[in-house]
Amino acid sequence: MAIGKLGAPPVVGQPPNTLLTRPTWTEGLFSWLTTVDHKRLGILYLVTSFIFFGLGSIEALLIRLQLAIPDNTLLSPDVYNQMFTMHGVTMVFLAIMPMGIGLANYFVPLQIGARDLAFPRLNAFGYWVYFVGGLFIYTSLFLGGAPDVGWVAYAPLTSLSNNPGLGTDFYMIGLFVSGIGTLVTAMNLIVTVINMRAPGMTMMRVPMFTWMMLITSFLIIFAFPPLTVALFQVMMDRTFDTLFYVPAAGALPILWQHLFWIFGHPEVYIIILPAFGVISEVIPTFSRKPLFGYPVVILSGIFIGFMGFAVWTHHMFTTGLGPVVNTAFALTSMVIGIPTGIKVFNWLGTIWGGKVRFTTSMLYAIAFLITFTLGGITGIMLAVPPFTAQAHDTYFVVAHFHFVMGGGALLAFISGLYYWFPKMTGKLLDERLGKLTFWILVPSFWLIFFPQHFAGLMGMPRRTQTFVPGIGLELWNLLSTVGALIMGVGLILFVLNIILGFARGKPAGNDPWDARTLEWSTTSPPPYYDFDRQPVVNDRDAHWVQKYPESVHGERVPESASEPYDRGGAHIPGQSWYPFVAAMALLPFSYGWLYDNMWVVGISMFVVIVATYAWALEGVGGKHIPVGDARRDADAGHGEGGRP
Amino acid sequence: MHWRRRLLGGLALVAVLLTTACEFSGPQSAMSPAGPVAQAQLDIFMWTYWLSWPVMILVGGVLAYALYRFRAKGEEDGTAIPHQTHGNTQLEIAWTIIPVILVVLVAVPTVRTIFASEYRIEREQYTADDVIVRATGYQWWFKFEYPNEGFVTANEMVIPVGRRVIVELDSADVLHAFWVPNLAGKRDMIPNQDNQVWFSADAPGVYYGQCAELCLGAHAYMRFRVIAMDEADYAAWVDAFQRGAELTQAVQGDPLVEQGRQLMAQKGCIGCHTVDGFYPGVTVGNPDYPDLTNFGLRTTVGAAIRDNTPEHLAAWIRDPQVMKPGNRMPTLWTADDPDAEEEAAALAAYLLSLGAPADETTASLGGTHGDR
Repeated sequence: MAIGKLGAPPVVGQPPNTLLTRPTWTEGLFSWLTTVDHKRLGILYLVTSFIFFGLGSIEALLIRLQLAIPDNTLLSPDVYNQMFTMHGVTMVFLAIMPMGIGLANYFVPLQIGARDLAFPRLNAFGYWVYFVGGLFIYTSLFLGGAPDVGWVAYAPLTSLSNNPGLGTDFYMIGLFVSGIGTLVTAMNLIVTVINMRAPGMTMMRVPMFTWMMLITSFLIIFAFPPLTVALFQVMMDRTFDTLFYVPAAGALPILWQHLFWIFGHPEVYIIILPAFGVISEVIPTFSRKPLFGYPVVILSGIFIGFMGFAVWTHHMFTTGLGPVVNTAFALTSMVIGIPTGIKVFNWLGTIWGGKVRFTTSMLYAIAFLITFTLGGITGIMLAVPPFTAQAHDTYFVVAHFHFVMGGGALLAFISGLYYWFPKMTGKLLDERLGKLTFWILVPSFWLIFFPQHFAGLMGMPRRTQTFVPGIGLELWNLLSTVGALIMGVGLILFVLNIILGFARGKPAGNDPWDARTLEWSTTSPPPYYDFDRQPVVNDRDAHWVQKYPESVHGERVPESASEPYDRGGAHIPGQSWYPFVAAMALLPFSYGWLYDNMWVVGISMFVVIVATYAWALEGVGGKHIPVGDARRDADAGHGEGGRP
Repeated sequence: MHWRRRLLGGLALVAVLLTTACEFSGPQSAMSPAGPVAQAQLDIFMWTYWLSWPVMILVGGVLAYALYRFRAKGEEDGTAIPHQTHGNTQLEIAWTIIPVILVVLVAVPTVRTIFASEYRIEREQYTADDVIVRATGYQWWFKFEYPNEGFVTANEMVIPVGRRVIVELDSADVLHAFWVPNLAGKRDMIPNQDNQVWFSADAPGVYYGQCAELCLGAHAYMRFRVIAMDEADYAAWVDAFQRGAELTQAVQGDPLVEQGRQLMAQKGCIGCHTVDGFYPGVTVGNPDYPDLTNFGLRTTVGAAIRDNTPEHLAAWIRDPQVMKPGNRMPTLWTADDPDAEEEAAALAAYLLSLGAPADETTASLGGTHGDR
């Protein structure tokens, strides 16, 4: 907002330090390594998260093949434990959560009419730390074995005497490092949404996806510290022989579960709230109506986020906390069903009275509504402690959280990807192939996870490498495995569709869906400076009102602001090596810690600190761009290209 | 459009068939309760299950109707602009109240069931009628101690029908969970934490249990059984356990059994496994390993993964890693040892003789334990 009003800061000729000069590549590998452009980083996030999603899917397929028949010996218990642990860690931390963050990186600034995030270099640092954390965890497969303790890594399974291999260290250090990236990105998003909204965009005019990302970012900031503390305790135990989680020394291992779940439950809302945001963009656009009950949807989101910190022991109903604790947390957990139900009804209200177009994106949003509602219902069931005494740690729970995380978050993000792909690339995805993929992907998803409810009720615990014949589990497991194979085909078609879209998608134009929010008012893909003119907002659904003022205001169309806000031009941040260097130094840091080599740890930390100081002293950099059309010619070939 | 409708119809048919035509009961199913605790847990689930139908029908029905009625009819209609409604306060209030009512409908019976089925019974509240069992989880088997009766067994818990069974839970290493779906929901076994689960069985029967908390290695095969007997049979079983050493002395003399007994010492089995009366008057073995006293009374081998037949038992002893990969029992013979099969058979014969004459042991396998 301040960009235009204050006039652009003077462009600094010579940076105060010259350790590494600010790079100006616009294409090629180095331009991607040094980029601070939120759009490029958004694409990096999305591509990386989908690569991890592919790896997580392969692990899932191996799990399903092992469980196709009883007493199967395809995977040894040891390999099987590594597969489901890596599947969980990958999907939660490296795939689904970064998908939301990637979309936020790209679209939050565009939706609020900003030129970038508040701290572009910090944003680059956040991405590269996530990259380093993921890479580090995955190298465990080649360095003596992946973590095998489940994504929840319950103590005392993680203590050195019970788990002497390096797998647990990879888990602890990897999540510790990648958590740094998530935290800085959350802070960046908060500052951006609070401070950098376009003139006239009050909080009650902010698009719903951005609103949900704001709430999500607050959740991240409050949820990750307990996890970091817990990870650090275990690493202290394993590296320096402390006794936080050593039962022989009198430790109470239940402490880990409390710390993990006070992070872990908000974490599932960190995943699902951005998905709610995406759905709240897709459904209004393809129903050609504003989101029904916009303030109520925001309030429900805030309420869900707040209550998310008050329900963690519903993951611990069987740990013997007693009837009073179980009652309290059963009630708080059930209360979350209320705002979630309100949201579902509001999405239905949005469709009601609209003009619904069944694009691929909309189909996924519809599938989301049904699948997520069922996942929500089993969620209420699992908030009932006496039932959870039976269902806890069984395939009923596996079915439940795949319905909300996979059928909820993943379907929503795929919907968002079909929705925003034209904006990101300027090309349309093939709708025929998209719909074919949809009709393979969604039914096969149900085929995998619906039968797992029955397997769980009939006594199949989760995280077991095999099951015994003769107790009625064969059919359900076989159906699941068949579903997994079909879904594998669906995912390949999905990737194919994306590649074809990149290679030879039809030109999309600026606004292929006749959409409602600001990102559709700029070109596809947007230029590196995002908007030709600083957008000025007079209403919710700013772009729609600009196109069809009479549909909202009738005959009384308000005058738009006459004074341009950016007559002084705008300042665009410059690229930098330091975020990349600082993040990369965390890789030797992690290995140094892993192998107990404190020299490597010390030197890496020194590099991180030097790079951070140099980054702070690097100076303003970047460049000033003049206003309007002259801009395009003025800077051809300089600085951020912005185009993928 | 046609194939799509047919596909949906087919899927719906499959779903209906799956949910109605299938049998959900089983020896390890939460859907076939055999005691009041499991029954209460199933009842509250069925209540939420029936409540979920109207919700699914409401959401699915409104969604399907709205999508059909408000679909864009052709290209031109797709660019028409419907009325830009922002919301409706009455509706918002209505669909805030609906989930509130549903939550209250679930919450009230939930709280009642919690306080009816999850309370803790303190030691001073134990009655003489209660059966007390101390269950300890080990990687990857269960130890069951009967403190009042004064003996220890493993992987098979025998209880009398109708009496309250209080299981005190502990773990010797990592987390485990005690779970017999037919009788009661699970409760975690946590080191340094005194957990407890209680239940009772309505009818004699064999109820399957399994560890439900990841403990690595052979976790998937960490199973156990709860065998509920009539009062008289239970008393006989307890008596047999209390006289275990005596019964064991009675069968010595069979050459195969005698060979097995000697191998038990030579191969070092008794370094870990306790057999009451192995050396009369001297206790050997280690309490942190499965107690094999009266092994002939057991119905299963390897923590309830195979029936206790001479063949299964010999195969288990010959190479435990085949039946239960990852478990901690050592393999006593090299792969090409010519004596291995014979020695394993002898050990099996000896173990099956414990607690009962050998012929009776084999005769009663798979049947009831009532004759003893």
